[in-house]
Amino acid sequence: MERFDRLRGAVPARPHDARAIAALAANPGCARRAVMDAAGVDKDATATHLGFPAPFGQSPFAITRGNAFEALVKDSGCAELLRLLRELLGLPIPLAAYTDLGDIGGNPSAHLRHAHTLKLIDRAARDDDEAGTLYDHPLLRLEIAGHTSYLEPDVVAFRLAGRFHIVEIKSFAIVDGQAEPDKVAAAARQAAVYVLALRTMLAELGHDPARVSHEVVLVCPENFANRPAGTLLDVRRELAVLRRQLSRMARVGAIVDGLPEELTFDLAPDADGVPTRPVPELREAVRTVGARYAPECLSTCDLCFFCRDEAAAGGSTELLGRQVRDALGGVATVSEALGLADGSLTPGEGQEEIARLLRLADRIYAEAG
Amino acid sequence: MSTLAALARLRAVRTGTAQRLATVRHCHLSERPMVFIPLRLAGEAAAPLAAMVGTDPGHPHLLVVPQPRDRDLRFAFAAELAEIVLPYVEGFLKETETVERRGAEPYERCADAPQLLVPGRSALAFTLLLGRSTRFRRAEGPHAVHPSVPILGRWLTFFAQRARHPGSALLLAATEALSLHWATGQSALEDANLASLIGWIDPPPGTTGADAAREAEDPLVWPPAGPATDPGFDAEVLAPAIRAYEEAPGERAAARVAEAVRTQLDPTWRLMWRAVDLLRGLPEGRGASARWETDRGSFTAFAEQLAEGGPPQPKHDGAVAAASRLARMERAQASYDAQRAYDDPLVMAAYRLTGEAFTGTVVASDPANAEGEGRGRKLRPLLTVRTGDPVRLATGTKLGTPDRRGQQAEVVEVDGELVTLKIVKGMGRGKVATPGAVPEVGDQVCYAALSDEYQPPASLPAPEETPWTHGGPPPEYVPSTEDDQEEWS
Repeated sequence: MERFDRLRGAVPARPHDARAIAALAANPGCARRAVMDAAGVDKDATATHLGFPAPFGQSPFAITRGNAFEALVKDSGCAELLRLLRELLGLPIPLAAYTDLGDIGGNPSAHLRHAHTLKLIDRAARDDDEAGTLYDHPLLRLEIAGHTSYLEPDVVAFRLAGRFHIVEIKSFAIVDGQAEPDKVAAAARQAAVYVLALRTMLAELGHDPARVSHEVVLVCPENFANRPAGTLLDVRRELAVLRRQLSRMARVGAIVDGLPEELTFDLAPDADGVPTRPVPELREAVRTVGARYAPECLSTCDLCFFCRDEAAAGGSTELLGRQVRDALGGVATVSEALGLADGSLTPGEGQEEIARLLRLADRIYAEAG
Repeated sequence: MSTLAALARLRAVRTGTAQRLATVRHCHLSERPMVFIPLRLAGEAAAPLAAMVGTDPGHPHLLVVPQPRDRDLRFAFAAELAEIVLPYVEGFLKETETVERRGAEPYERCADAPQLLVPGRSALAFTLLLGRSTRFRRAEGPHAVHPSVPILGRWLTFFAQRARHPGSALLLAATEALSLHWATGQSALEDANLASLIGWIDPPPGTTGADAAREAEDPLVWPPAGPATDPGFDAEVLAPAIRAYEEAPGERAAARVAEAVRTQLDPTWRLMWRAVDLLRGLPEGRGASARWETDRGSFTAFAEQLAEGGPPQPKHDGAVAAASRLARMERAQASYDAQRAYDDPLVMAAYRLTGEAFTGTVVASDPANAEGEGRGRKLRPLLTVRTGDPVRLATGTKLGTPDRRGQQAEVVEVDGELVTLKIVKGMGRGKVATPGAVPEVGDQVCYAALSDEYQPPASLPAPEETPWTHGGPPPEYVPSTEDDQEEWS
C-alpha cells in the first residue's frame, strides 16, 4: 500500500467509478494503465500536466437529457420502471416496495452508506416474501488491486422471489429494436461491474452469489419519444472479461516490484492545487512504465494522446491499429517493416515468412502503382 | 486488411503523406452532387440541430432549429429541408432513356440520378434516423405535418438504405469514399475524422500530412464533422444561445443560434468540397459507371413506387424481403470486388499477393487449339504464362482477365513459375481466333479467379406466400394514428 501511495503522491486515491473499471477491460495488456489505476493516480490531471489533455468531454445537453430520463423512470417510486419489469420479466408483480438506500440523512461517509446498503441487502436476501422490492442508490464496493472502490451506480437493484436484477438506466434511444452497438456494449460492461459487486456483497454476507442474475435490465428511451423501454442483456461474457482483468490487476504488485524504488507520479500540487512537478521529470516517470498503445485507447483512456505521441516517436506499428499489425505479422516498428519490405534488412528468426510477403507486396505495389 | 494496404500505411508514415490505394475512382461522382451535413443535439436520438446543404460550394443553405427540443420547430426544419432536397431529387426524373431488354418489355430509366454526399458513417446513420422519424407522418389528421415531410422521409430512407448496397453511389460518406482510394499513416479509427483524413491526403503547402492530421484533431480549429457537436462548443456557445432563444424567441435570438452553428458547419462544408475535388482528380473506373447505371435504375424504380402511392418503407423487412435483400447484397459485393480488381491494377495487386491472381509474360500460345469434332468443334486456345507471383490456384479454377472481359479461362496446370491456361469462353464461333483475341508470346497478361458474371436472383416465394416457418405473410401496411402521434422528442 505504501508503495502505491508513493506512486500517487500526496493526494487521495482517485476512486474508480464503474466506467473506469469497465474501461480496464478495454486494454488489459497495458502495464502503465494497470499501475496508474491501481495506485489511484488521476490520469486526467497527469495527461493535462504533460501537455496532452484527454479528448473527452460531455455535452451539457447530454447530461441534462440523461438526468431528465432517469428522473422520469424513477418518478413516483419507480412507477414506470415497475411497469417495464412486469412486461419484461413476465411476472405478476402486484406491488413493489421502494427503498432509497442513499437516503440515510446527513452527509454520511461512503463507508457508512455502504454499511447501510449491506444491512438492507442482507435483510432482503433473508426475506422470502413474494413482493418485489426496488433498491435505489445502493452503494457497492469492489476490491481493485488491494484497494476498495465504492461504486455509486445510477442503477436500481430489484429483488423478486429471492433473485436480484441490476437495472441500468441509459438515455440512448432504441429505435425499432436497434441501438448503437458500441453504446450497448459499454452499458453491458458497466452493468457487469455492478453485477460483480452485488455478487461479491452477497457472498460476503454468506448468501449464494448466483442469486444475482447475469441478465441485467437495460432501460432506454424507445424510438424518438421519452417513453422508457426495457431489454434484458446477458452480461456473462463481460463478467468473465472483468474477472480476468481484476485478477490481473491483483498481480500488478509484480509489475510494481520491478519498478525503481523512488518512482512517483506525484504532480506536487501547490496550495491552490496547481501542479508544480517539472514536466520533463514527470514524463520520464510515466515512461518508466511501459504502455501498450492501441487506437482504441483514444476513446477510453485519459493518457491516450501522450501514449500515441510516444508510439509515434518510436515509430511503432501499434499506431496503425491492430488490423495493420496483424497484417504485418507483429513486426514492431515501421522502419523494421519497411526495411524487410525493401530487402535492406535481413529477417530475424521467425520473420522469414512475413519478410517474403512484404518483399512481394513491395514489388507488386511498385509494379501496379 | 491486406498486406498491401498495410504496407501503404507504413509508406504513408515514412513519407508523411497518404499513399494511393487505387489508380482509378471506384465510385461514380455526379457532376452536381448535393452535400448534406446534418448536426444533432447531443444526447438526443434524432433531434436535428442544424444542417448545411446544397449543390453550390459558394452558396450553402443553412437550416437551424433554434430550440431543438421543440417538436413544431423540428417539423418546420424537415419541411425546409424537403424544400431543398425534393426539387433537387425530382429534377432528375424529367429526362429518361429507354432501355431495351432481351426477352422482356423495354423500360424507362432516368438519364441521371441525384447523389447525396455526407461527411461520414455517423452522418449516414443519422440520415437513416431522420428518414425513420419523418416517413410515417401524415399531412392530415390531428397531428398533420407539411405534405413534403413524409416524402422527404421516404427519400432519405431510400438513400440511406441504398448506401448499404455494395458499390452504390447514390449516397456516399466522404470518409469512406476517400479511404477507398488513399491509405494514411494513421489508424482506420482516426480516418473517420474527415479533417484529419484530408490532412493526410492533401496537406497545406509546407506541412506534412501527419502534422496536418494532428492539427485537424483540435475541435477549435476543425469542429467535428457531425452529427455530434464538440462538447466544449455545446457548453460555451450553443447552450447560452439556445437559452437566449428560450427566454425571448424571435429572429434575433434565432440568428444567434444560427451564427453559432454556422461556425461549426462552415469548415466541414469546405472540407466536403475538397473531398469532391480530390475524388474528381481520379479518372472514373469502368465498373463505377456500370454500377451508376444500376443506381439510376434503382432510383427510377423507387420514384415510380412513390408516384404510385406505395406505402412507406416498413420498420422491419418481412422474411422474404430480408432474404432477397441479403442475396442481392451478396451478389453485389462479389461483383463489386471483381469489377474493382479488373478496373485497377492496384486493387488487383492485393489478389496477386494472396495467389488468387497473377500477372506474367506469355511464353507459349496455341490459338488454334480446339476440342471436339465436326459441328461440336470448339476453339480452346492454350496459353502458358511465366509469372513471379505466388500462384495458389487449383486445376480447373475459372479465371477472368482485365484485358479481355468477355473471356473466361481455366487453369490447366501450375508448374512452378509456369501457368498453363485454356480459354474456354468468349472465343466466338469462328474456326480460327480473330486476330488479337488470344494473347501472343511476349504479351503481358493478368488473370484472376474473380467472377463478375451475371448471377440470377435467388428464387424466393412471393411475400404473401411466406411459409409459417418464417412467420407467415407479413401484415399489410395500414397507416396508424400511432405513427402520426409518435413523439419526436
